[in-house]
Amino acid sequence: MPKDHGIGASPKRREDVRFLTGTGNYTDDINVNGQAYVHFLRSDVAHGKINGIGTDVAAAMPGVVRIFTGADFEGVGGIPCGWQVTDRHGNPMQEPAHPVLAQGKVRHVGDPIAAVVADTYEQARDAAEAIELDIEELPAVVDMKAALAEGATKVHDDLENNLCYDWGFVEENKDAVDQAIKDAAHVTTLELVNNRLIANPMEPRVAIGDYNRATDDSTLYTTSQNPHVIRLLMGAFVLGIPEHKLRVIAPDVGGGFGTKIFHYAEEAFCTFAAKAINRPVKWTASRSEAFMSDAHGRDHVTKIELALDKDNNFTAVRTETYANMGAYLSTFAPSVPTWLHGTLMAGNYRTPVIYVNVKAVFTNTVPVDAYRGAGRPEATFQLERVIDKAARELGVDPIALRRQNFITEFPYATPVAVEYDTGDYHGTMDALEKIADLSGFEARRKESEAKGKLRGLGVNCYIEACGIAPSNLVGQLGARAGLYESATVRVNATGGLVVMTGSHSHGQGHETSFPQVIAEMIGIDESMVEIVHGDTANTPMGMGTYGSRSLAVGGSAMVRATEKIINKAKKIAAHLMEAAEADIELKDGQFSVAGTDKSVAWGDVTLAAYVPHNYPLEDIEPGLEETAFYDPANFTYPSGAYCCEVEVDPETGKVTIERFSAADDFGNIVNPMIVDGQVHGGIGQGIGQALLEGCVYDEDGQLLSASYMDYAMPRADDVPFYNVDHSSQTPCTHNPLGVKGCGEAGAIGSPPSVVNAVIDALQSGGHDVTHIDMPVSPSRVWAAMQG
Amino acid sequence: MSQVTMTVNGKEMSGDAEGRTLLSQFLRETLNLTGTHVGCDTSQCGACVVHVNGQAVKSCTMLAMEADGAEVETIEGQAAPDGTLNTIQQAFQDHHGLQCGFCTPGMVMSAAALLKENPKPSEAEIRDYLEGNICRCTGYHNIVKAIMAASGQDVSAIAAE
Repeated sequence: MPKDHGIGASPKRREDVRFLTGTGNYTDDINVNGQAYVHFLRSDVAHGKINGIGTDVAAAMPGVVRIFTGADFEGVGGIPCGWQVTDRHGNPMQEPAHPVLAQGKVRHVGDPIAAVVADTYEQARDAAEAIELDIEELPAVVDMKAALAEGATKVHDDLENNLCYDWGFVEENKDAVDQAIKDAAHVTTLELVNNRLIANPMEPRVAIGDYNRATDDSTLYTTSQNPHVIRLLMGAFVLGIPEHKLRVIAPDVGGGFGTKIFHYAEEAFCTFAAKAINRPVKWTASRSEAFMSDAHGRDHVTKIELALDKDNNFTAVRTETYANMGAYLSTFAPSVPTWLHGTLMAGNYRTPVIYVNVKAVFTNTVPVDAYRGAGRPEATFQLERVIDKAARELGVDPIALRRQNFITEFPYATPVAVEYDTGDYHGTMDALEKIADLSGFEARRKESEAKGKLRGLGVNCYIEACGIAPSNLVGQLGARAGLYESATVRVNATGGLVVMTGSHSHGQGHETSFPQVIAEMIGIDESMVEIVHGDTANTPMGMGTYGSRSLAVGGSAMVRATEKIINKAKKIAAHLMEAAEADIELKDGQFSVAGTDKSVAWGDVTLAAYVPHNYPLEDIEPGLEETAFYDPANFTYPSGAYCCEVEVDPETGKVTIERFSAADDFGNIVNPMIVDGQVHGGIGQGIGQALLEGCVYDEDGQLLSASYMDYAMPRADDVPFYNVDHSSQTPCTHNPLGVKGCGEAGAIGSPPSVVNAVIDALQSGGHDVTHIDMPVSPSRVWAAMQG
Repeated sequence: MSQVTMTVNGKEMSGDAEGRTLLSQFLRETLNLTGTHVGCDTSQCGACVVHVNGQAVKSCTMLAMEADGAEVETIEGQAAPDGTLNTIQQAFQDHHGLQCGFCTPGMVMSAAALLKENPKPSEAEIRDYLEGNICRCTGYHNIVKAIMAASGQDVSAIAAE
């Protein structure tokens, strides 16, 4: 019987009722009395010198309140970068200025040049069209390798060149890796592109700045995954507002997938402008604006080499990656191709030496930053593709080759500086083989062939580093932030609890799953627990939600705070029952004295805490409210094995996903329904990356894929039902819940198996195709089949 | 500006609209019915689907003035007056057919239109019908499953919730 309560149960999501009845409170649903509207005039060229911005005509148009340009932001800070990478030679990365509104130059299509604030949105937009821009178009750099060529146009005139950094990891292993590759019995080499993606949460970004001149308080409503981070970055680095005078509210947020982590110019603008005109200022992105202003994801060009000995044991991995940063450094951009990518290159395998080289490059494109998985999908894709290619070259079964090289003993220290605490890679592969019905594949292939289709099967494994992250470690690696999480647990007099968490929920269902943990710990009904999040005014300083960290880090903070609550409650219970504190037990919401029939209920104790007539006032304070900050001791390491079956139509090159199976190890699971849903969504995005999605720039830096008519989002008829299995569970050893995080797994784990399956299908049809870059579109497949 | 009047969820409502005001904008900004969402500007995402005179339409593709005198149904009118979810809404909750909730109003309204014309759609028919509704969170698995369940079909054989 599945549990109906507490950890391991799947209660229906309480947030659903408001979302299903149209009563959610998304940022664009908020209107502040007297608000004006801003429209941003954005660059339509990729690179240009601003010779003049004529605003006189526009400023005189109906309803226009004020027009802002870069000149209004001289003396205001730029948009900061939150991570500094040190290069192979010990030097800091090149870090360009990132003004709120362009100053002197525009550097990508979509770069904001001017902001028109007017009484209505339509008036702002009409007036923006009347601004006379004099922009001298300059040559643009789009291709990364061309951007690094001698004499290439520079994106930033004041930097030495377009190289942000040249990073080597682990630099001391470089010679050993070169030697191992020389000595290898077999080396498989693969050059590939990890396609540039646009995250596309369905809710476009929105910001509303509000200012109270009487109190000098600023408020920003914004579509953010981490309101405290925005408050800190914008307050301290851009606008110079101390935290106690700045409130950031991220109410219901319609999906994030990483792209709503970052601090954006529009947030700083609305906050700044609200004070400047003493009136609230609202901005709602159109989808077209989102395409050219939301940080993009991925965009790596990679060469990977896998060395094997004569017995097919992996002996070394060497990779060289060009990673696109775009025109400016977004908040966490430098960390993605380095610490979130290089540290994962061991995958699930015993490879003694690994060397990762990454060259991060500035181009005249939208900034690139974390997108679901962030660095880990890029690591997984290249490793799992090269292993598959090696298996084909060696004529061995791809699953057997993987199994032969699996890490089997834990803890395991990889040659890329991380220590996996637990895992059971054979266990997840066993689970996969079962749910994917591998033994039935040949029969299914015959059925497809009878229809004139080619059928292929692809498998891959993945490992990810989640639960981001130990603050002391990331500090050494260049993070300009700590990555703890916080929770305040407030118990009310009548026994109900409110948890104020620094985590943020934008689809993950924290309002349902977090109470399950507390209900389990105290033995009360989940309905007695309420979750508050998303407002810096009523939650403790937190780092927000990304990197599959909410339960592993935020949930752990909540557990620690609840432990403090229980400890204090036991003291009160001991007093009420005139017993020794050490003898007090808490079960099913009842405090009892061990070995006796004496007990008091949870509600009696909480009432005593607030009505302390009979209370140990000499020993403890009244009230029942505790805060904890939890800083993880290590990353968590979810892992899994995925399998995809495709059919390829040889007439058209069209690929259809026939079956998709995922076996994950997330450690302990609080709400299986929500975990399954997270995996489904991740797989949907991974299939999107593999088959459909691609952000395309032309050579002049024009963004060609800037709408849903040009950028192929996965639709319901592009995907099948998924088989998911989470029975393989090796709990995390270093957090109190034993959880590992599940938010990114699907997106990390699914692209390689899709491409592996396509290659398998094509080879089964006698086509000598060893690789096709994503998205594996019909035209690419068809071209590959023609040789 | 002209006055536009329509019956929304059974109640007559009026407001001023410019010639260029979209129905989606009129519902959200003038009538303050913010349950209808706007996720794109090319009539692709389907977050703004409402019913106009019984037909599912993307309210961003229709001018408010075109709906003058029409019967409009939005997500706010789907539950019973006492708050009880309708069959489709309940199935979405039962089968975890939503995560962030942003595409959900359009999904529910599209599903209602589908089940009206095809009371027992197959998986393929549901997927085909939802071609105009984009969800970024769920991978569609539980949305399709919820709509099958709402139509009274047995979904117990479909893997996982």
